[in-house]
Amino acid sequence: MDNLEQHWAETRSLTTWILILWFIFSMGIFFFANSLNSITFFGWPFGFYMAAQGSLVIFVVLIVVLNIKQEKIDDKYGLAEEQ
Amino acid sequence: MEQAKKPFIEMLPKIYGLYTGGFIAFIILMAILEQMGLGAETIGILFIVFTVLVYAGIGWLSRTMQVEAYYVAGRQVPALFNGMATAADWMSGASFVAMAGGIYFGGHGYLAFLVGWTGGYVLVASLMAPYLRKFGCYTVPDFIGTRYGGNLARLMGVIVLVVASFTYVTAQINATGTIASRALQIPFEVGVWFGLFGILLCSMLGGMRAVTWTQVAQYIVLIIAYLIPVIWMSNKQDFGLIPQLVYGDAVQRVTELEQLHQVGVLKPTESFAGLKALTVPFVAAGGGMEAWKFVTLAFCMMAGTASLPHILMRYFTTPSVKSARRSVAWSLFFIFLLYFTAPALATFTKLQILDPNLASGIIGKTIAEVNAIDWVQKWSAVKFLAISDSNGDGILQINEFFMRGDIVVLATPEIAGLPYVISGLVAAGGMAAAMSTADGLLLAIANALSHDLYYKIIDPTAETAKRLVVARILLVVLGAAGAFVASLKLTSILGAVAWAFDFAMSGLFFPLVLGVWWKRANRQGAVAGMLCGFLAGTWYLYMVRWGGMEPWLGIDHLRFGIIGCSVNLVVMIVVSLATEEPDEATQKMVDEVRIPKGETVLAASH
Repeated sequence: MDNLEQHWAETRSLTTWILILWFIFSMGIFFFANSLNSITFFGWPFGFYMAAQGSLVIFVVLIVVLNIKQEKIDDKYGLAEEQ
Repeated sequence: MEQAKKPFIEMLPKIYGLYTGGFIAFIILMAILEQMGLGAETIGILFIVFTVLVYAGIGWLSRTMQVEAYYVAGRQVPALFNGMATAADWMSGASFVAMAGGIYFGGHGYLAFLVGWTGGYVLVASLMAPYLRKFGCYTVPDFIGTRYGGNLARLMGVIVLVVASFTYVTAQINATGTIASRALQIPFEVGVWFGLFGILLCSMLGGMRAVTWTQVAQYIVLIIAYLIPVIWMSNKQDFGLIPQLVYGDAVQRVTELEQLHQVGVLKPTESFAGLKALTVPFVAAGGGMEAWKFVTLAFCMMAGTASLPHILMRYFTTPSVKSARRSVAWSLFFIFLLYFTAPALATFTKLQILDPNLASGIIGKTIAEVNAIDWVQKWSAVKFLAISDSNGDGILQINEFFMRGDIVVLATPEIAGLPYVISGLVAAGGMAAAMSTADGLLLAIANALSHDLYYKIIDPTAETAKRLVVARILLVVLGAAGAFVASLKLTSILGAVAWAFDFAMSGLFFPLVLGVWWKRANRQGAVAGMLCGFLAGTWYLYMVRWGGMEPWLGIDHLRFGIIGCSVNLVVMIVVSLATEEPDEATQKMVDEVRIPKGETVLAASH
């Protein structure tokens, strides 16, 4: 595999991981919101908390992690933009 | 202008810092004037007029005759400021005015909108923004047209964009009209045109450049206007300075109170146009079908977010691919600040209204007592609220108290007994939210029509000056059309907003994603996919909404995008595989898009 292909393979696997986590926290857990509500999380019913705040925080974190890792990948293969 | 550019970008933090300080000083001035006896109406008018004039001033200062500045703000907007602009672009009148009320009435089920409207940015960051930025397009159809080649693909992109965005923009102009008419005490039909006038002042002279800098200003106003009342109110109830982090116990208290007042058990026996009584318990999530409906709605809003051109085009304005990516993180952060506050606001409002131990609690009091309250009288007068002793026992039950969701935001300051200056501030915030979204949408439509339809398809030899004149004329014509439709009051704000997402995802989601992620995707596949997906979605909407068809698997008119985008995906893959693979040049172009390094695929001025 040449440089370009490797860069893209790593980018693709990073994106896949991010999207798996995205799926879990945007849709997966909400299939079980009803059961999660029996857990109390700092006073909140957990299912409600995730929809009102928890998942939102996770989305912000996911994008930040994606950015940091993607910038590393770009640098590693010398494909980042010149300043 | 050209030489002044560099220092201008570097001075941005200072400029907006001063602006924020100036706005806070204005709020304090209004508070002082209120104490000195200035009437509530005058304060409301001053808030709206002052803020709209400031936006118009920014629009005037950002005027331009350059293509690159008009379409993509010269591609020099720093990530953080683009994040603020995107947040304002994104958060519409509906987010600002209707979201907390939606949560109040819909409880857990409504939170699907919150999850969807934030989760979509993960898709924007991972699948779309950096690659579209590298492409170097001016508009979303510009990408479709160049990646797949041919005027037909471009035209399909334009059609989907126009339908989705126009559905959305009428709701926004409607919201500016509602707010302006209430604050300025003018009829709604006049308010709509006043709102449009403000919107056009912000966008017409400077295109994307002007819209960018006004949206940053509008974000600052709207977030201050949203947070101050909530924090003030929560302080009065001893929830501290960051109520968003500690309202868990309040949620549990609300659940107890709802059982006490028999929410969900007592059904309303009367109805008032546009008003609702509370019948859905706050926290209860339900399993099976209800969980399915939550997830499907969240999915539609997420895929829609990642397909809406007025959002995607904001990431064309950053200086680099890296800053486009970072800018998505900033956008979501700034959006998050409002979205994690809305459920807290809904909780506090419920507590205020339901808790018999609080002075503001009204459920369980006598009808006579409640009718004597100031804010009840005021909002009843404008038909935002109704109280009716359905069972004739003289006591107000939960199913006898009707209101419009908007009240949760608009009347909170009064319910909690805050000074009027806060209500004026909230009106200015709602105006900022609706104007900024309307601006972004109108510009997205006008740019697609002027760049893709007029310049790329109809007259490729048109001169720059002529192109930009056409763009501006389109902006005015479209705005007027939007205001005209809005003045007819056809749909409620939220119905139309959800549809925009569904239209966008039906037609654009997979052509955009696969354009970057699947080299094999070709013109025939994309055109067939967009056409079939868009038509299937539209047909399904029509059948479910007006044709009397039973929704299939609970996919109702708010979720028709699922049908549209599935058809789009299948057709696009099948047709692509059945026809020839894209030529060498196209495949090379896709390779180029996938790496940040190097020149953009499309030349700087095209």
